[in-house]
Amino acid sequence: MFRNTRVLPGFAPTLGFTLLYLSLIVLIPLSATVVKSAGLGLEGFWQVITSPRVMASYRLTFGASLLAASINAVFGLLVAWVLVRYPFPGKRVVDALVDLPFALPTSVAGIALSSLYADQGWMGAGFAALGIKITYTPLGVVVALTFIGLPFVVRTLQPVLEDFEAELEEAAASLGASRWQTFWWVIFPTLLPGLLTGFALAFARAVGEYGSVIFIAGNIPMVSEITPLLIITRLEEYDYAGATALAVSMLVVSFSLLLIINGLQRWSQLSRL
Amino acid sequence: MSSTLTSHIRTEPTWIRIILTMLALLFLIGFLFMPLLLVFSQALDKGLAAYFKALLEPNALAAIRLTLLTAAIAVPANLLFGISAAWCIAKFEFPGKSLLLTLIDLPFSVSPVVSGLIYVLLFGAQGWFGPWLQEHDIKLIFAVPGIVLATVFITFPFVARELIPLMQAQGSEEEEAAIMLGASGWQTFWRVTLPNVRWGLLYGVVLCNARAMGEFGAVSVVSGHIRGLTNTIPLHVEILYNEYNSTAAFAVASLLALLALITLAAKSLLEWQLHRQAQSRAND
Repeated sequence: MFRNTRVLPGFAPTLGFTLLYLSLIVLIPLSATVVKSAGLGLEGFWQVITSPRVMASYRLTFGASLLAASINAVFGLLVAWVLVRYPFPGKRVVDALVDLPFALPTSVAGIALSSLYADQGWMGAGFAALGIKITYTPLGVVVALTFIGLPFVVRTLQPVLEDFEAELEEAAASLGASRWQTFWWVIFPTLLPGLLTGFALAFARAVGEYGSVIFIAGNIPMVSEITPLLIITRLEEYDYAGATALAVSMLVVSFSLLLIINGLQRWSQLSRL
Repeated sequence: MSSTLTSHIRTEPTWIRIILTMLALLFLIGFLFMPLLLVFSQALDKGLAAYFKALLEPNALAAIRLTLLTAAIAVPANLLFGISAAWCIAKFEFPGKSLLLTLIDLPFSVSPVVSGLIYVLLFGAQGWFGPWLQEHDIKLIFAVPGIVLATVFITFPFVARELIPLMQAQGSEEEEAAIMLGASGWQTFWRVTLPNVRWGLLYGVVLCNARAMGEFGAVSVVSGHIRGLTNTIPLHVEILYNEYNSTAAFAVASLLALLALITLAAKSLLEWQLHRQAQSRAND
């Protein structure tokens, strides 16, 4: 049967507008940045992005992002599990508040976390008594990035857990599996694609994060200075070439992560069919 | 009988459930509830008078005005784009569609700082168009237009990515019927498509608006931080906090926290509406 998909009007103008707007706002500015960095030459570019201060910022940015995304993988799974499976009072409010890091502006999150985990803060005082300093240390960066990435794992796992078929668990139990065996061998494998997707999303968000981190990090070069902050520092020194080179190195990482996430999402969709 | 049996098999002993629930809540308390509570508690630390004084101070009011202006431009612009992109992607087949979808999502994966930087490199004093703009005495960077541009970039995908899957799921049968019955393209859009996607559209607008009013990193790069002129609310919070004026910083921040709470409430409500609509369509 032949179905004419062009019965509807408006294809040319909407596609035209979409492409024009996309080019003007996103594509042209982004490619201009990449072209500008070419002015440095390959050697100059390499020198900028491998200088010791930049390398230290990469180590902090990627290390803290990895740690934060791992914390979110563990606790995100726990939160999603509890929200889907266990009843408790106030559950709907808690569920809605999980998205707070998406809705709360990052500068607000930054000053709140910084005060909360400072040595005299509500949470920080307890840690300070144990000799753990959080605000103005790399640990503070991890705290801010954990906050920022919190919703990703929860929100990717919730629908998977909701759709999980009871029959599979019942079959496992009736075949004599313990509760832990059922979780580890039956439930967990179906959660894995979603868990990895959420982890990758949280990691990608953390790598580029700026606002919530700078208030709590202390921003000491070589110690607690993240790469996005270093870009701003270069810009304020009128070192446009340096800032551009750093930006391009970040863009390459972001786009690689985007490709990985797309692949992971396709995998989780397939495994859910 | 069978249901109690299965529910017994499908769950953990009570003590494990309680421990897991407590652990999850403890994590959320430390990372979500306490920061939120702290914003309001610090804001009201020195009493209501100090709170309102911080909000009604001229620079704070200027920041509020600029934030509202920015959102008032960025949100409709991206709404128009979102509708246009959703129409051509959901209703028509053409080569390169999945590439287009990926490109629309691109701004989400770019660091906010880089999002601001790209406009500085284009329109700043040393940028590509810098000399030309200076000759004609046009200031985009460290001025309001730059702030709007960076905000448009950051909030670019929100409406489109809500509308596209929704319109794809709904198909084009209803629109095609309307056209066959003699409706014009506009009539079809206003009377058939728009009512069908209204909740999804609103959902995208709510998220887009929250981000537009709250964006910090990108705006910080292009703003120049001129008080009373190029400071948005999130930037004003930063300045006050760095001046050790913590009460005022948290007072202004509480406005944004309130906006976040309203956004979350609206989001839950719209999710419920969307869910209901999807179910009633599935039952048809």
